[in-house]
Amino acid sequence: MPPKPQRMEITLETLIESIALAEEVGVRVAAVAGFSEDDQYKIGLAVHEGVMNAFQNGNKQRRERKIHVIFELLEDRLVVHVVDQGAGFRLEDVPDPRDDENVLGDSGRGVLLMKAFMDQVDVLSSTAGGAEVVMSKLHKR
Amino acid sequence: MSFKATSREIGDVTVIDMDGRITLGEGSSLLRDLVREKLAKSHKKIVMNLAGINYIDSTGLGELVSGYRMIKSQGGELKLLNLNQKVADLLEITKLYTVFDIHRQEAEAVASFHS
Repeated sequence: MPPKPQRMEITLETLIESIALAEEVGVRVAAVAGFSEDDQYKIGLAVHEGVMNAFQNGNKQRRERKIHVIFELLEDRLVVHVVDQGAGFRLEDVPDPRDDENVLGDSGRGVLLMKAFMDQVDVLSSTAGGAEVVMSKLHKR
Repeated sequence: MSFKATSREIGDVTVIDMDGRITLGEGSSLLRDLVREKLAKSHKKIVMNLAGINYIDSTGLGELVSGYRMIKSQGGELKLLNLNQKVADLLEITKLYTVFDIHRQEAEAVASFHS
């Protein structure tokens, strides 16, 4: 039986410990939503990568900034929003680390993993000016 | 589980046995320091045994790449050993399986430096 639509929002400090915390919350939410263990891992890793990106690239590790993570349990999917207070970025500006010239580089793997493990990933400009990464995973029912 | 690493020598090959998670923070920086320490002692034939690694993120993958670049720049070689399926999948997704020499048997990994 699909869960009733629900929304949960958490506010995290810009601390390295917040990454694993958000990941664990993501795994638990995915479990409650009825995702398989394999999909729970994938959702957890995608949340991990999203919050890590917010911590490092968005908020530049600045303690006074916050990271907001919103989980929306919908009838057919789980939607995760990761919002930072940085300068924002565009998905098309992120290099593809699979390209020959980038494969030994430092950038792009986080976004690639989010895209690989979730069904849809978009980056919006948040109302506060930072980046809002929105990713969703469909239920396989 | 946090990251732990120990090393041992088999002839002129260094095997780094790792446990836990290689992620931003503790795991990734410890791994970087360990590779630097080995290179400083001119140990340039390195096998990273990932049998105990149950989780790696993009930063951890970046450290593997960084280690590869560091070792190669000093004329050395890096091999990976005992990837579990999840880690192997990440290397496939990121196309890093085309970069690393990956082995399932330690003896084979060690012997490959001399073939």
